[in-house]
Amino acid sequence: MSADLLSLIEQCRQDNDYDPLISKVPYAELIGVRCFATGEEMIFHLPPKESNIGNPTLPAIHGGVLGGFVEHSALLYVLLRMEEPSFPKIIDLSIDYLSAGHYKDTYAECKILRMGRRLANVSVTVWQTKKEQPVCTARAHLLLG
Amino acid sequence: MSEQEQVPLEKVRRMMIRFAEGIKHSEELGLELVDITENGLIIKLPYSEKIIGNPETGVIHGGAITSLMDQTCGMAAIRSIVPEFDIAPTIDLRIDYMRAAEPGRDVFALAETFRATKNVLFTRGIAYQDSPEKPIANGVATFMRMGLGKTIVGKDGQKKTTVKHVGKDSASTGEG
Repeated sequence: MSADLLSLIEQCRQDNDYDPLISKVPYAELIGVRCFATGEEMIFHLPPKESNIGNPTLPAIHGGVLGGFVEHSALLYVLLRMEEPSFPKIIDLSIDYLSAGHYKDTYAECKILRMGRRLANVSVTVWQTKKEQPVCTARAHLLLG
Repeated sequence: MSEQEQVPLEKVRRMMIRFAEGIKHSEELGLELVDITENGLIIKLPYSEKIIGNPETGVIHGGAITSLMDQTCGMAAIRSIVPEFDIAPTIDLRIDYMRAAEPGRDVFALAETFRATKNVLFTRGIAYQDSPEKPIANGVATFMRMGLGKTIVGKDGQKKTTVKHVGKDSASTGEG
């Protein structure tokens, strides 16, 4: 698996197309996570999808979907930085909802605050219109290997 | 608890089902209200291939558990203020994933409100397959009341003041 995953990741990097990696995980396909690299950085993208709506009146994205988006972004971000890649496991997640996640394009950026041999601490910022006005911020711990 | 007993559980159940109507992501996941408890409720997340997070093992993605937890805690928050009604977006949510869910089996979440003030509803939830004593995940979530009509639950569990603030822009933040 590790060798397959490594060659898949290398292919994704080469093509700057991460869809083959994302499509391996059914849940990521369900909510519609996308990602693209801008130089060394990765931006995760959640395009509007009707089945992600939590508040039909506003309409707004379900808080759980934003949580799932955060988790999967953190997971991919860490995976892409592992020497011997294997899907990390989520240990915990803490998410602060700062404003409504409107029914529109949503983006996430991850920052690894610490990555050891077994554990990674990742901070995630999610925004829609302006990065300076986050929709939510989150912190996750991932178990590696 | 005396006032709470005046609202039959069946009526609470109907109110909660109505509350969840139109939540498209809940429909997508197939979330189903299975029980109303004295202080909270239980929701089922049926197993399906589309929520798999690990294609090798078939274990479901933490994100699906997050949605289950957010929705169960959110509904437990609203459930605690019955017969009043309010909209209460999530302020924050914290989840500990304690073990992988066993593939092929449904997951349940039990959530309760342990404190309701005029502005904030404090909840906690447990996701499990066999019993709440063997949790898959533990959650804590806090919700902000928008103020459609306010009920305060005192420390003794008695519901007190009711203040009406109808007509505010009730949904300036999202469903949590």
